[in-house]
Amino acid sequence: MSPALEALVASYNHWITIFLMVAGLYTVIAKDNMIKKLVGLSLFQTSVYLLYLSPGKILGGTAPIIAPEFDVYSNPLPHVLILTAIVVGIATIALGLALVVRIHEAYGTIEEDQVFAAGDNE
Amino acid sequence: MLRAVGSDVAFTVLSLADQLPGLQIVVPLVGAIVCAFLRRGTVAWVVATITTFALPVIAFGLLREVQANGVVSYRMGGWAPPFGIEFRIDLLNAYVLLLITSISAVVIPFAKKSVAVEIDSDKHAWTYALYLLCLAGLIGMAITGDAFNIFVFMEVSSLAAYILIALGTHRLALLSAYQYLVLGTIGATFYVIGIGFLYSLTGTLNLADMTSRMAELNLLDPPSASLLAALAFIFVGLALKLALFPLHAWLPGAYAHAPSFITVFLAATATKVAVYLLVRFLYTVFPAGLALGDVPLREIVLALSVAAMIGASLVAVFQDNLKRMLAYSSVAQVGYMTLGMALANEAGLAGGLVHLFNHAITKSLLFVAVGAALYRMHSCRIEDWSGLARKMPFTMAAFAIGGLSMVGVPGTAGFITKWNLAIGALELGHWWLVGLIMLSSFIAFFYIGRVVELAWMRAPVSDLDDARPPPLSMTITMLALAIGVLWFGFETTFSLELARDAARYLLARGAL
Repeated sequence: MSPALEALVASYNHWITIFLMVAGLYTVIAKDNMIKKLVGLSLFQTSVYLLYLSPGKILGGTAPIIAPEFDVYSNPLPHVLILTAIVVGIATIALGLALVVRIHEAYGTIEEDQVFAAGDNE
Repeated sequence: MLRAVGSDVAFTVLSLADQLPGLQIVVPLVGAIVCAFLRRGTVAWVVATITTFALPVIAFGLLREVQANGVVSYRMGGWAPPFGIEFRIDLLNAYVLLLITSISAVVIPFAKKSVAVEIDSDKHAWTYALYLLCLAGLIGMAITGDAFNIFVFMEVSSLAAYILIALGTHRLALLSAYQYLVLGTIGATFYVIGIGFLYSLTGTLNLADMTSRMAELNLLDPPSASLLAALAFIFVGLALKLALFPLHAWLPGAYAHAPSFITVFLAATATKVAVYLLVRFLYTVFPAGLALGDVPLREIVLALSVAAMIGASLVAVFQDNLKRMLAYSSVAQVGYMTLGMALANEAGLAGGLVHLFNHAITKSLLFVAVGAALYRMHSCRIEDWSGLARKMPFTMAAFAIGGLSMVGVPGTAGFITKWNLAIGALELGHWWLVGLIMLSSFIAFFYIGRVVELAWMRAPVSDLDDARPPPLSMTITMLALAIGVLWFGFETTFSLELARDAARYLLARGAL
């Protein structure tokens, strides 16, 4: 393997993160369907979980419980942070979906262009 | 000077004064839970009012503490920083805390009647619970010294704000809330990505610790690429949250369609806290954050601020809906705050920081006046206001006073801002910038003057039989804010002096 390719493979976790991040953000921007937008938003948030978690894992490291047999430990803090971020993400998506339900009741559609075309004058 | 407060020993006698930072956040959270268990809206309003009135007292106590003894460091749960979450209060956030809590206390009397007419009665108690949650989140963002904790509080306040906006009467409120949810979440996620980079680089989440680790690890000179990426993500994320032009798309809809009280509350507090966070990151967390590496961040902020001041003001001139007009005006006013940040000298930064306060009272006065008129005549279309001053003279006078401050007429709070920004620009030799500040004021004169002229000079075109002076609770709020706008145009001890102290404190840390 050439050194460039090796570097590429070695940081595969970052490539996955970047792919998810960009795919999620693209979906939010490009789709008209409000639920698909939320799917994109969820994907975008999920990429951040990976961004935090993957550097926290140390190869060969174990859970951070002090024991005589082990001297390499993984960092537990990113897990705790992302546990919080997951809860925040769930709350956001749940609220977003609830709003979409209400929008569907009010407008009869969840396509953004059709909602705008409804031409509400305030 | 650092004072560690908290329970080192399990049996420490709890002194109330030492627990002020904790109480600042615990009081509104408890208030929110109590409101959520209530069914009657009026009772919930009483709880919310008592809670809100307690907050500026705590904030004032904190400010006095900081002025007397320097930075206050509070260990949440007794865990020592940098591992535990630290509440860290210096001159900058003591000022911001006092600002958001006192404005909330002034506008809460307005809520009672406004919420009663604009929101279904079974949702009143929930509304006050969410309002307190939102306020707790905003206070948390301002008080904490932990980067990830900021994100959590940001989401607490944002999620509550999305729901509050969706409570608006028109179905467009739902759409605005949805759009704000999508953009707000993108903004918050950008911020977390930036913090993720910083955490990977420095191994800490404590803001003060982060700064010292950056220097120890030689990340600053020259700045490492990851550090610049972190700065870029945090800047864009916060710019979305504070509605910096051109990332302001969520704001006009959200302010225009939210219930009146929510608009008043959010316009006075939410963007201010986001501006505070940007100042915090660009001035203290990243040393010389505006001039890091080859990134012309200072010029970018300057250009966007000017674009907001001129562009958003021009858009405001062409609005038919009063709330939407004032919302675009808010986008323009955020430009003044970030302009002060970009000027980065004492007068300029103080001008930007004092505008957090001056704009908060000015814009809440305008929105309260609009809310009072809306309460009586159920319309915020500008042409329906024709001749309204005959029926609601006090409300329209309050609107005019707020308008004068928005334009920046001497003797009002708005003038203090513009004077300091102009001095700051002149110190840098930017004559053209003074011209642009004048131009922006002139455009504000157009969109405000149009409404004032219509209300005072024209004959009524629509049926104004229902219109009569607003209820006492609304009048009290309006009177307090109108006096505030005039008072802080002359007596600036609690606005400009505090902002100046904060600006000096920030610049002493080597901003540029």
